Amino acid sequence: MAEVATTEATLSVFRGDGEDGKAVDYRVPLVPGMVVLDALHWIQAHQAPDLAVRWNCKAGKCGSCSAEVNGRPRLTCKTRMDALPLAEPITIFPMKAFPVIKDLVTDVSWNFKVNRKIPPFQPRPGVEWKMYQRDVDRVQEFRKCIECFLCQNVCHVLRDHDKREEFGGPRFFVRTASLEMHPLDGVSRTKMVKDELGIGLCNITKCCTEVCPEDIHITDNAIIPLKERVVDEYYDPLLMLVRKIRGVGKS
Amino acid sequence: MTSKYEIHEHDVLIIGAGGAGLRAAIEALAQGVSVGVVCKSLLGKAHTVMAEGGIAAAMANVDQADDWRAHFRDTLRGGKFLNDWRMAQLHAQEAPERVRELEQWGALFDRTENGEILQRAFGGHTHKRLCHVGDRTGLEMIRTLQDRGVHLGIDVYMECAITRLLKDGDRISGAFGYWREQGRFVVFKAKSVVICTGGIGKIWKITSNSWEYTGDGMALAYDAGAELTDMEFVQFHPTGMVWPPGVQGILVTEAVRGEGGILRNKNGERFMERYDPKRLDLSTRDVVARSIYTEVREGRGTEHGGAFLDISHKPAEYVKRKLPSMYHQFLELADVDITKGPMEVGPTCHYMMGGIRVDAETAQASVPGLFAAGEAAAGLHGANRLGGNSLSDLLVFGRRAGLAAAEHAKRSPAPAVDSSQIEEAERGMLVPFERTAGESAYAIHENLQNMMQKLVGIFRTEDDLRRALAEIVKLKERAARVRVEGSRLFNPGWHLAKDLQSMLTIAEAVTQSALARRESRGAHSRIDCPDLDSAWGKKHNVVMKEGDAMTLIESPVVEMPEDLKRVLAEDGVTK
Repeated sequence: MAEVATTEATLSVFRGDGEDGKAVDYRVPLVPGMVVLDALHWIQAHQAPDLAVRWNCKAGKCGSCSAEVNGRPRLTCKTRMDALPLAEPITIFPMKAFPVIKDLVTDVSWNFKVNRKIPPFQPRPGVEWKMYQRDVDRVQEFRKCIECFLCQNVCHVLRDHDKREEFGGPRFFVRTASLEMHPLDGVSRTKMVKDELGIGLCNITKCCTEVCPEDIHITDNAIIPLKERVVDEYYDPLLMLVRKIRGVGKS
Repeated sequence: MTSKYEIHEHDVLIIGAGGAGLRAAIEALAQGVSVGVVCKSLLGKAHTVMAEGGIAAAMANVDQADDWRAHFRDTLRGGKFLNDWRMAQLHAQEAPERVRELEQWGALFDRTENGEILQRAFGGHTHKRLCHVGDRTGLEMIRTLQDRGVHLGIDVYMECAITRLLKDGDRISGAFGYWREQGRFVVFKAKSVVICTGGIGKIWKITSNSWEYTGDGMALAYDAGAELTDMEFVQFHPTGMVWPPGVQGILVTEAVRGEGGILRNKNGERFMERYDPKRLDLSTRDVVARSIYTEVREGRGTEHGGAFLDISHKPAEYVKRKLPSMYHQFLELADVDITKGPMEVGPTCHYMMGGIRVDAETAQASVPGLFAAGEAAAGLHGANRLGGNSLSDLLVFGRRAGLAAAEHAKRSPAPAVDSSQIEEAERGMLVPFERTAGESAYAIHENLQNMMQKLVGIFRTEDDLRRALAEIVKLKERAARVRVEGSRLFNPGWHLAKDLQSMLTIAEAVTQSALARRESRGAHSRIDCPDLDSAWGKKHNVVMKEGDAMTLIESPVVEMPEDLKRVLAEDGVTK
C-alpha cells in the first residue's frame, strides 16, 4: 500500500496507433478504492476524450480491459491504484503480443479465428444427461475463463516467437481441455491439439498460469494432461507398433 | 444506392450479441436463412456475461412441487400483474426446455446429488428454481451460445455500432452504423431486424451496467416508429457495492441472499422483518431496494450509506464455492473478506422492465420486419422483474424472435434501401467533428446521470419529475452542440456523443411515463401517490414518436383468459 496522503498520480499512457506512438503523461486525482480503469476513464472525461480503451463490466467478469501496467499484464479494472508505487509515473501500455489499433486497444481477432478450429462439444450418441459434481468440477475450472487473453499475451511462443500460424496458445488449450474432459463429450481433439494448435511448442514455463486473473491452473490442469494425451496416442511405442502393423493412423 | 459504403446483406440482422441476440441467431440460422449479428463490443463481452445468480426454470430438480404454473404465478405477482400474461405463460412453460438445450450444447451447471442440474432459492420464487454455475451463470450461458453460434456459421460483426434503422416505406430494410475500430460507415440490408441491445442503466450515476447500456436499441426502434411501453419501470437492484467510491454500483448477486445471506442495519436489526416478514431477505427486488433506501434515509444506514449483508455465518469453504466471484470481488476491490465479515450494500440501477412493445408469440414490434427480445423488449416482467427471470427471458424470447424473424424474411421480398436515409445518418454522425466550439459529451453525460439519480430514482414525486423533464430539454440543447475531438479511429468521445442522444430520448420516455403513472406499483414508487391504484393496474403507458415530439398514450391491459385466472388462483394466495 502506498502512503495515504497521496492525492494525485501520474499515468504514463501509450497514445498512438499501429504505425507510431509514444507515452503521454496525465495527472489524475485519486479517490479511495480507485482502480487503473477508473483513472483511464477520468482521463477520457477530462483530458483526452479520444483515448481508446476497451472495457465492459468493470468487475473482473468480462475480460475486456487487459493492458500492461508497469510492465505487468493485468486487468485494469482489478488493479488498485493504491497497490501501485505512486511516486513514479505508472506506465500503461497495450498488450504487446497483439497489433495495436489505437492507444490501449489491440487487434485480438486472431484469437477468435483459432477458436473456430476447435471442434465443438458433441455428446456421445444415446448419452444419458446425468453428470455428478465430482465429474464436472475440473471442467468448471476451465470454464471460468473470461477471455482476457492475458495468457496469450505472456506466452513466449506468441509474444517473442510470433508463431500464430502453428500455435493456438494457452487460452485454447484451456478451451480444448474443457471439451475433452467434459463427461459426456464424444469427440477426440488430440490430433487437432497436436497438429493445429501445436501444443508441442509449449515448454511449460507456466507464465500463463501466473497471469490468469481467474486463477485457472492452465499449465498443470489443462496443458499437461493434453500433452499426455498426445504422447499416449502418438508416441506410445506399443501403439506405434500396432499402427505400423495395421498400416493406419488413428484420427 | 451509392457504392461508397461497405454493404452487407442478410435475411435477418440481429443487433446485439448477448444471450437474446445469440439465441435468436442460432434459431434463425436453423431456419435456413442468412444471419448477421452486430455487436458494439467483442463477442462474449455483452452484459449477459455479468449475470451471476442463475436461470429461472421450473425443472423441479430440487423442489418437486415446482411446475410452470408456480413460476407463472410468481412472475405475475412479482410484476404486480402488469406483465403480458401470455409472455409470462410461454416463459414459464418453455424455460426448462431452453435450459436443457444449453446443457446439450455443452453448458455445465452445478449438479444435484443425483446428477441433475442444481437449483437455488431466489427472491420472489416460491421454489428453488435457479439453475446456476456458482455465481457466474451468465458467463457459462454466453460462452455456450457464442461457441454454438460461431460453429453453426453466423456472421459476427464485432465492435460495430448501429446508429439508425433504415426503412422502405413502412417496413424495415436494414441498418446503418460504423465500425468502432476505424470509424468507417457500414450499411446492412436486411428483411428482418431483431433488436437485442439490452438496457439503459448508463442513464443513472450508480449502476451495475456497462458502457454499452445506453438504450440505443430502444431509441433506434422509437426513431423508426415503434412503440415503447412500461418505461417507468426501472429496476434498482437492492445490493450494489457502496464502498469504496471507485466500485460504487458494482453488482452484489442476489445469490448471496439465496444462499442464506442476511441484511442488517447499523444497529444490527434484521430490518426486512419489518418490511416483508414472510419473505424477509428473499422478498422481491423492488421491496428490498426500497427497504434499504428507507433504512438509510431514516438514519439507520451504514457509515457509507448502505446496509450490511452478511453471509459469514456460513462455512468459509461453502461461501467460496457457491459465491467465488463475490469473494474475490470484495477481497480485491474493497479489502473485505466476506467469509469473516459483512459486505456494505445499497441499491444500484440494474435492469429495465420496459422497452419495445412486442407481440408475445413472435416478438414482433409495431413496425413490420422489426423484432425485439431480452431486456430491450417489454412485457414479460411487468412492474418488477424477479431475479433469474432475465436469463430465461433471453433464451425463450430470443429463440421466438429468431424464429419469427426468419419466417418473416422468407415470405418477404428484398426491401429497397433508400440512399437519402443513409446520407442523412452519415451527416448526423459527422457534424460533431466540424464544430469548432461546443462541449465534450462526457460532461453532459455526467450531468444527465446525476440529474436522473436525484430526480428519477427509486422514489419519485411529481415536482421532481417535472424538473427532470425541464432538465432533459436543456441537456438536449447542449447535446445538439457537442463537439468531438480527434479522429474517427476508435474514438470513445465520438461514440458517446451518439449514445448520449439515445440516452436523452430514453430518459425522456422514462420520466414522462413516471410522471403519468399516479400510483406506486413494483419498481415505480411515487411518494405523492404511495398506493396501488386498481385503475392504473388496468393500463400501460405507451410512448411513440409523432413528428419530432414524444407522445404518450394509455393502452388497456388485455384481460387474462379464464384458464390462466384459474392457474393464478390455484395456490389459494389472494394477491
